[in-house]
Formats: sequence, C-alpha cells, structure tokens
Amino acid sequence: MDRFVWTSGLLEINETLVIQQRGVRIYDGEEKIKFDAGTLLLSTHRLIWRDQKNHECCMAIPLSQIVFIEEQAAGIGKSAKIVVHLHPAPSNKEPGPFQSSKNSYIKLSFKEHGQIEFYRRLSEEMTQRRWENMPVSQSLQANRGPQPGRIRAVGIVGIERKLEEKRKETDKNISEAFEDLSKLMVKAKEMVELSKSIANKIKDKQGDITEDETIRFKSYLLSMGIANPVTRETYGSGTQYHMQLAKQLAGILQAPLEERGGIMSLTEVYCLVNRARGMELLSPEDLVNACKMLEELKLPLRLRVFDSGVMVIELQSHKEEETAASALETVSEKGSLTSEEFAKLVGMSVLLAKERLLLAEKMGHLCRDDSVEGLRFYPNLFMTQS
Amino acid sequence: MLGMGDFYYKLGVQIIDVCLALKHRNGGLITLEELHQQVLKGRGKFAQDVSQDNLIRAMKKLKALGTGLGNIPVGDTYLIQSVPAELNMDHIVVLQLEEKNGYVIVSDIKASLKWEMEQAQQGLEHLLKEGLAWLDLQAPGEAHYWLPALFTDLYSQEIIAEEAREAVP
Repeated sequence: MDRFVWTSGLLEINETLVIQQRGVRIYDGEEKIKFDAGTLLLSTHRLIWRDQKNHECCMAIPLSQIVFIEEQAAGIGKSAKIVVHLHPAPSNKEPGPFQSSKNSYIKLSFKEHGQIEFYRRLSEEMTQRRWENMPVSQSLQANRGPQPGRIRAVGIVGIERKLEEKRKETDKNISEAFEDLSKLMVKAKEMVELSKSIANKIKDKQGDITEDETIRFKSYLLSMGIANPVTRETYGSGTQYHMQLAKQLAGILQAPLEERGGIMSLTEVYCLVNRARGMELLSPEDLVNACKMLEELKLPLRLRVFDSGVMVIELQSHKEEETAASALETVSEKGSLTSEEFAKLVGMSVLLAKERLLLAEKMGHLCRDDSVEGLRFYPNLFMTQS
Repeated sequence: MLGMGDFYYKLGVQIIDVCLALKHRNGGLITLEELHQQVLKGRGKFAQDVSQDNLIRAMKKLKALGTGLGNIPVGDTYLIQSVPAELNMDHIVVLQLEEKNGYVIVSDIKASLKWEMEQAQQGLEHLLKEGLAWLDLQAPGEAHYWLPALFTDLYSQEIIAEEAREAVP
C-alpha cells in the first residue's frame, strides 16, 4: 500500500482514460483500510482511485509498478476482487497515503460489480504497455522494472519474478486443458449440422412422414435452442408450442393493450411478458413466431409490421380508419401536436404515436411541419378548406 | 446457434429499460460504457456480473423484435442507437468526429472531412432534429454541437446547490 502517490486525478497529456468503475474498495494485502468507497480509473499510464465522498482524496499507482494481476471470484457476501502484485516502491517516490507497508500486493474489491470488464481492460493495458511509448511528466515514470533477460533471483523482486514464472506455467497448463473444450465445441457444431440436414430431409420427403411427427421433430429442435430452419415466412407452419404460446399471449395482453390505446410495440410486449414470467423467459424469436400465428388462430390480437420495420401487436377491433380519424380529432383540439405531445395525451409510447400520426398523414388527414425544432402535425386544411 | 437462455433474455429487458429511461436526455444514443454502468446499477449487488460482450450479444438477439437497436463504431467503442432515427453515413461520420471532445464545430468538420458548409450544416441540423445533439451558442468562438450521449462522469459530478453557486463567478 506504500506504492500509491497522491495525485490531482487529472490526466496528463498523452494519457487517456480506458475505463472507470464506481464502488471499489482497496485492501492492503488482506487488510481492510479506510479507503472503502471510491471510483477506480484505469488510464494508459496509471491506476487512479478517488474517494467517492471526498473528491480531494485521490491517489494513483503507475502501471509500470504492477508485476501481475489475478482475479478472485465473488463468494457469498463477498464481492469479486482483482489482486494486484506490485514492485517495491522506488526511493524517489512522491508522497502517498502510506509511508511503508509489509505487503507487496493490494486487492481491489468491486462492490458494485464491473470486475469482469475492468480486469479485461487492465490485462490489455498490461500487455500493450502503452505507457512506454507515450512519455508523460517525470513524476509518473516510476520503477520500470528489471530489463528483460536479467532475472534477479534475490530479495522481494526475486520472489515476485518467481511468482510471474509460476503464473506463466499455470497459464500454459490451462490453455492445454482447454484444448479439449475446443474439440468438444467442434463436435457440437457437427451435431448442429446433422440436425439441420435431417430437418431438411424431412422437409423434402413431406409426403412420407406425417404432419404430427414433423411437428414433434421440429419442437425437439426448438427445445435444443436451434432456430427452426423449416419454418416458412407465411403464417402456415408453426409448432404446437407456438400455438399454445399465442393463445397464452392473447390472454395476457388483452388488458394492457386496452390501457395503451389498443396497440403495443413488440419490444414493449417482450418486456411485459418476460417481467411477468420471472423464469423460463421467452426468446425474441419465440415471441415473434407465436405472434405470427395470432391471426391464423382467430385470436382477438394480431401482429402488424409498419413500413419502417417496427412490429406491433394490436387489437383486432383496432380499425385504421377509426384511429386516423381520432388522431385528427385530437390534433385539431390542440391546434397542432408533436409525436411526444400526442403520446402523452393518448397514453402510448412515442414510437407508436409517431407511427399513428404518420399513418393519418398518409391518409391525408394531417400535414406536417418539419423544422429543426422537430416534427409537428397540423390538421390538413388543404383538404377540408379548398 | 444453440440456445442462450434466461440470462440473455432478462438482460434484453434491462437494456431496453435503460435506453428508455435515458432517452429524454440523450435522444436515444448512448455509449456502450454508460449502458454497461447503468445496467450494472439496475441489477443490484447480488446479481451476476455482466460484461460488455454480454450486452452486445443480448442486443443481437433483440433485433428479432424489429427494434432499432443498432451499434455505431466510434473510436474504440460503440454508440448504441435505441430509437430508430434515420442516420446515414454522413451523420455517422459526424458522430465519430464528436467522440473526441464530446462536441464538434463546423470548422472541424470542414477541415477533417473536407465537406462544404452546406453538407456540414445539414448533417448537424439532422442530429439536432433527432434530439441527438444539443446546440450551444454561448461557447467561445463558433457554435458547439454537443452529444449528450458522450457526457461522462469525467465532465459531470453530482454537486449540491452550494457548490453550484460558488462555482459561478
């Protein structure tokens, strides 16, 4: 902990910010110290920690001081940590929070997560060593570590060097172990190809296999998570699963749709349904496929795709003429409206409000005023007052 | 290819929530970093950690819903577009220029991209219209066009009314 120096926290010229993370606590070796809640910043040259409550309290370590880093997984009641092993402090080090310390490593505890990403970036910076190519002011050029090729086996530096060697060895063992995993992945790919080819053969020999068996096979594929390659774009084919799902959706969505002016975007539906479920969530593909069956199953909702590509679910009772006419009425009452204002009035999302106004415009009921201040719609007086 | 499971579907819901919540401020454009931080905040202390790569995969899955969740590469990260605004190559290139300082001025565009005044103005006005950029006429020199999506913690801090009053000369 005696490697840190006080700093203003401002970046030098040539020094750039890589990533930052709030909610980080520092340990001196295994001991908790008073620096328990701060923002940790990684730059190309340093690791900076600033106290969240007192921004004046800010300290840093040059990355060149780091020998190597390890990850420590989270446990019950314990946050994930990064262990940072350090070179001894140079004699000309500027003042910092601790004059001396018996530990040659510190731990960074990520109380608000972010450890995975931070570790990845820190490892990258340690590999790239950008601070060597981009010199900054003298105070940052602390101990650069021993020159390559001169491995000193004495003192703390020696112990740290040995730890480094051991880590490289472990690394090599792990990569060898993972070779097996890559072989497994190759097999998995072959299995997926095989299922695909079987599915295709079934499609070709449609006559020899009953409809029921085909449907069963497709549902097996789906339960393995493989997108069904045989589904045609029309509403024709679908599995039992999707049909059941469609009926379920019709039940769940009736009330929410009525609250929102009879129409909801698929994104809203996705969030609503998955929040309600809690577990066994729907994939986006499943949702889309189920919705494609709504009309065919004569359910009171249907899927609609706008010109812009936006997909919505609307009540069957939703008629275009009526909605366009009511949009005209609402706009006329207020003189003119933007999509945001209209959305607020009617209680629907801004995206859908825009679509409805555009539709009314297409039908000639509204006309637009397009300026830097935004898009505003007015009743089309050219039509009514000519 | 093989199924991704509840982890990614739930993440999808959380991403949509964050984009919706911040849309009024940044017009529907957000950096991958900020999205990452906000999602982590929303998930709470006891949830599993999430990497930026997880977020990108979740968004790929969400494309099936017909959302406009696009990624625009800027610098060494991405800007995530959560609202389908029509951005052509011109607009994207301007966004990439803005990434350096958080803002851009017309002279910068003319100098680095070698465009005429007309083209630069049109590009910037479109970003203004879509709510992605803010116009600052009080900046020294030329008008600055800021990208709220790029306002990071480095520029802004939570300050109380006292500090705000002291800061203004």
